[in-house]
Amino acid sequence: MSLLQRIMPMPLHTLLLLIVWLMINSTLSVGHILLGSVLGIAIPLLCAPLRVPQPSIKRPLKLVKYVLIVLKDVVVANIEVAILVVGPMRRIKPGFVAVPLDLTDTLPITVLASTVTMTPGTVSADVSFDRKWLYVHVLNMPENEQDIIDLIKQRYESRVKEIFAC
Amino acid sequence: MSFAVELTISILLLLGGLFVLVGSIGLLRLKDIYVRLHAPTKATTLGLGGILAASMVFLFVQRGYLSINELLITLFLVITAPVTAHILAKVAMHLEVAPVPHTKNKHLLATAREQQPPQLDNEQDTEKDA
Repeated sequence: MSLLQRIMPMPLHTLLLLIVWLMINSTLSVGHILLGSVLGIAIPLLCAPLRVPQPSIKRPLKLVKYVLIVLKDVVVANIEVAILVVGPMRRIKPGFVAVPLDLTDTLPITVLASTVTMTPGTVSADVSFDRKWLYVHVLNMPENEQDIIDLIKQRYESRVKEIFAC
Repeated sequence: MSFAVELTISILLLLGGLFVLVGSIGLLRLKDIYVRLHAPTKATTLGLGGILAASMVFLFVQRGYLSINELLITLFLVITAPVTAHILAKVAMHLEVAPVPHTKNKHLLATAREQQPPQLDNEQDTEKDA
């Protein structure tokens, strides 16, 4: 058991690397399975010392739902931004907001910041050192900036929080 | 290849191309770097998604298997695009690139550059924490 753990410090990553390797080469030949396994074992071994402990995903089903919601929002975001970009420039009222964060760990914050960038009219710009504030640039600011903060907090942050159960 | 398949592929390619084009137009037309970030991060993801979907349909009909390389490309794109945007925004703030004059809440730029908590918004926002 301990030997297995020493060879594979991150079994999930090993499996993931093997799968991605086979997907990249789109094959199931023995040679590539062997090569993929070697890579899948060697890369986590090299990376293990660099690892920062992160909260694990507690609710995988919620993650699937979250991905679907984000995918839908990405499509909506694309169409909204496309219309704004083609329309007259003076209609665009950009602005910054600082979103207070309830998340504390870096991985959930990264997930949230990336989601904010991918979704309607918002790009995350920076996180404060104390990890309590996420600075967001808004392409088209509504009259009440609290709306956009509430949207990010309720639609995305609460769900990320549930996934990582933190 | 039947007409329906060709039509589907064409529509996907056209949609994809249209969104990539709009993203490029956005880069050209928008006024400052912060606003410009919005065009490539969003418009291009759907554009590329359309082109990759067309590629998947084409390969499926042509060769009879589901090509998964396209899914991997999408995955890598979705992972890397926000990181790039974030780094670009950070660099712009560090170089003190000025936003367009009618940007709201410009005072947040100063604290964001230092990665400090915002100062003026503290009172009205902390109540939201609960």
